[in-house]
Amino acid sequence: MTAVWTTIGILAVVGAAIKATGPVLVGGRKLPGWADGVIALLAPALLTALVLVDTFASERSLVIDARAAGLAAAIVAIALRAPLLVVVVGAAGVTAAVRALT
Amino acid sequence: MAGATTFREGMRAGLPFLLPTLAIGISFGVVTRSLGWDLGAPIVMSAIVYSGSAQFASTSVLGDGGTVFAAVLAAALVNARFLPMGIAFAPALTGGPLRRAAEGQAVVDASWALANRGGRFDRKLLLGATLPQYVGWLGGTVIGAVAGSAIGDPDKLGLDAMFPAFFLALLVPELQESKRARVVALAGGALALALVPLVPPGIPIVAASLAALIGLRQR
Repeated sequence: MTAVWTTIGILAVVGAAIKATGPVLVGGRKLPGWADGVIALLAPALLTALVLVDTFASERSLVIDARAAGLAAAIVAIALRAPLLVVVVGAAGVTAAVRALT
Repeated sequence: MAGATTFREGMRAGLPFLLPTLAIGISFGVVTRSLGWDLGAPIVMSAIVYSGSAQFASTSVLGDGGTVFAAVLAAALVNARFLPMGIAFAPALTGGPLRRAAEGQAVVDASWALANRGGRFDRKLLLGATLPQYVGWLGGTVIGAVAGSAIGDPDKLGLDAMFPAFFLALLVPELQESKRARVVALAGGALALALVPLVPPGIPIVAASLAALIGLRQR
């Protein structure tokens, strides 16, 4: 249990430091012009990675499982211009259904 | 558009994530109890670490008999994406360094993505959107830790599939913005997937942000 509590304590500090770095160093200041172009593109890069890794990664292997069916449902819902709530609940429902059947 | 929204509107934007974070919090509580953790440990961890992916990463390292150092390293790598996210969010913050550091703690994936306005960030929307997720995460952990294995498998509800679906819904308008965004998305996504088998969890997401460096090139 000591290892668990030590990990929790250190992680709280390390995690807070990671999140504080940007705000402390560049907070409130306008970033130089060259940085604007990069930051505007962070969202498509990070969001794509989150979608793909959250769907197809399991630890350190790539898999196609029930989550892929959920993502497919989300793609259909977005194409049909469904509201956000329908998109995410639909993805969960399809994933749950596939898991129940397999 | 920046500054146009209120904290309350941010909370409303974050509300759809209360249920999925609650469910994932429950599974975190259940998993840690099954590993023999004290009742208070997962609850304190969720309260002060507050990062689902990092908590699961360090828990699985400890569960496999790894050292404290390995567990902290795994979690830090998983959370390294908050470095570029925090830099992007920083210009929206005002006040002294302590206050900025404190407000920076509110950055989580869903809130960051919701508050993004083409590279500029809406501070109140981000802070508001995080609150329901914090409540869900901590509340779920308490339920999972107390009820333990009596709950069964929260994965059955498919709630873990809500997050990629949500990120996709936010990604689509970004892709419609410019050809450059589509190129960056393709490059970042391919890089992340290619790295999954090769590097520890977390790194593929951070590496994907390198694709944004294409923005350094003049149009």
